[in-house]
Amino acid sequence: MTGPAPRPPHEPTFAGTPPFPVAARAALADAQLRANLGRATATIRAKRAAVVAERADWEALRLAGAAIKDEVLRDLPSLLEELEQAVTAAGGTVHWARDAAEANAIVADVALSHGAREVVKVKSMATQEIELNEALRQVGIDVWETDLAEMIVQLGHDLPSHILVPAIHRNRTEIRDIFLDEMGRVGRPAPDGLTDEPGDLAEAARLHLREKFLRARVAVSGANFAVAQTGTVVVVESEGNGRMCLTLPDVLITVMGIEKLVPTWRDLEVFLQSLPRSATAERMNPYTSMWTGVTPGDGPQAFHLILLDNGRTDVLSDTVGRQALRCIRCSACLNVCPVYERTGGRAYGSVYPGPIGAILTPQLRGIAKHPVDKQTASLPFASSLCGACVDVCPVRIDIPEVLVHLRGQVVRQSEATHRLPTAEAVVMRAAAWTLQTPRRLGLAERAAGLGGGIFGRKGMLRRLPGPGPVAGWFAKRDLKVPARESFRAWWRRTGGGEAD
Amino acid sequence: MAGSPEAGRPSDARESVLARIRESLADRPSAVAIPRDYELALPPGADVTALFVERVSDYRATVHRTMVAGLPAMIAAVLRARGATRLAVPARVPDAWLSAADVERVGDDPPLSYAALDALEGVITGCAVAVAETGTIVLDAGPDQGRRVLSLLPDLHVCVVTASQVVGTVPEALARLQPTRPQTWISGPSATSDIELQRVEGVHGPRTLDVILVDDPQLLMRRRSGS
Repeated sequence: MTGPAPRPPHEPTFAGTPPFPVAARAALADAQLRANLGRATATIRAKRAAVVAERADWEALRLAGAAIKDEVLRDLPSLLEELEQAVTAAGGTVHWARDAAEANAIVADVALSHGAREVVKVKSMATQEIELNEALRQVGIDVWETDLAEMIVQLGHDLPSHILVPAIHRNRTEIRDIFLDEMGRVGRPAPDGLTDEPGDLAEAARLHLREKFLRARVAVSGANFAVAQTGTVVVVESEGNGRMCLTLPDVLITVMGIEKLVPTWRDLEVFLQSLPRSATAERMNPYTSMWTGVTPGDGPQAFHLILLDNGRTDVLSDTVGRQALRCIRCSACLNVCPVYERTGGRAYGSVYPGPIGAILTPQLRGIAKHPVDKQTASLPFASSLCGACVDVCPVRIDIPEVLVHLRGQVVRQSEATHRLPTAEAVVMRAAAWTLQTPRRLGLAERAAGLGGGIFGRKGMLRRLPGPGPVAGWFAKRDLKVPARESFRAWWRRTGGGEAD
Repeated sequence: MAGSPEAGRPSDARESVLARIRESLADRPSAVAIPRDYELALPPGADVTALFVERVSDYRATVHRTMVAGLPAMIAAVLRARGATRLAVPARVPDAWLSAADVERVGDDPPLSYAALDALEGVITGCAVAVAETGTIVLDAGPDQGRRVLSLLPDLHVCVVTASQVVGTVPEALARLQPTRPQTWISGPSATSDIELQRVEGVHGPRTLDVILVDDPQLLMRRRSGS
């Protein structure tokens, strides 16, 4: 090889994403993005509905999944200790990390101690969350994403926009162009005359990554599940890049959120059925790897498991919000969400987009413990509360319930830190006053009818004139112009329709 | 990257995380019984092997059926059709399996290098258990399967499944497996849906999966009678 060895591109971060309403407005103006997302989410919604309908016992699987995860949260200290014991007994090493910096430092130490200057990586939300790639890059270790979508994002100097399919915002032609432009900079170039057929693009990825797999000494993965009872770690995938990373290198480092446990081996029977159907709409994903510590003569001979907190204990402290920790990262809630479908994932400013991101991100950033920044505070409002996400969640997380709960926290924190109350606080207080007596409600209805007639256009109220908190409310919402006459007024005037 | 104020004392991290968890659970959430009202088995009398064949085929893997006497000829025919001439063969694959095939058998003792494995055209293995409902075969590095890499690098995987290894459901499969053995659950050839959520077969794992199901007439009779 001549010249300096190719290095992976710098990874952009979500830092600096504006609050959701601003980011959403920009995303909504991107016609290509909306077309890509609309097509992709419609496809996956239909497929998921079909494979779920095959199972008459689907609701029973959801109930069991929710109960198992609740048990995990309740018994978390003893289950983590049990896992640690089992993994250690099987020849693995367990590390604990309070935050992203600690986890990244452990990964870097292990990799450097084995002399690695590069690592191959299985797609993992936890390592995205802690921005591991950039941390390793800073200590001189190159990270190669090997999941096809992650590789598209990495090569495109881009940010992920979906939990399962991080490049869902890209169509095939954009992906071909990224491969043609970028693959040659970091390794084997894309074949000449590459078409935009998905099969040809997958073949280009196979060729490009094979040399990286075969020479890698250290791999980094996440974990879908870890069985406390046996110390078994489970990674669910499709392409075989996971198997490559989990099998070929000498050293395997797995970063896992502390909530990813299941208590017993048997408990996998629930999630191995509900996860693939919810995620990729398959009865079973192509490959699932399970390993327990180190197996002599088979696979990595050194295994390091990092148990990551990074805000999870803050989530756990909130009795309403903790159900978000049941999440198994299937992304079914993204695919059914009318807001996500239109804005895409990057508007959420976090590796966790969509409905689950709207409740998980603010909690991981400590909303239960202290005031959060404006962008974070905007996330619980990135929803119409339609509830489609609850219906598809394989562990029955009541996302709207948590959203409303977090909105309350945002409003209370804002009241405590601002002299002027927020729009929501004003509206809610006004509503409480109005609804106390029928007379007040009647007055309000008359006023609304008059106001709608003055300010409404084409039947819609888009903004109210002037500054002030209530005008601010309309920055995020359009409202139908209120009827000129309320139902109660109409009833009184016409005697219940007799005289109309 | 700025370290956290507590960084550099990793041994404290364990106690600190455990203490935070206990503090967060100060409300002492109550225990819930786990309802397991989902199906553990297929309905009595279900044709388990037929369902397995149907579901594996759905993934665009190819399923072939034979009686045990016809197995060597079936394996030979499959390998011929795929044009495979050099094959990785785990230590305890029965000699009979390849007795009719005109292929070079490459053993894994001493262990093959990755480059050598990558250059092979295929691998033949048995399996530990198979799941009808999901069309899955499970390898657990048993002696007729070998270490995990054998069924990963070669582009063709021929897997022999006997009817008695096929169970109806995922719960039944887990009950038969030993957790501590390294496992690979395989449902069709490697695939991706990362481009416009359109499924494409064939990425990093073997792009061709041939499953040969060895039927057992007596087992079929027993299952039909529901015993």
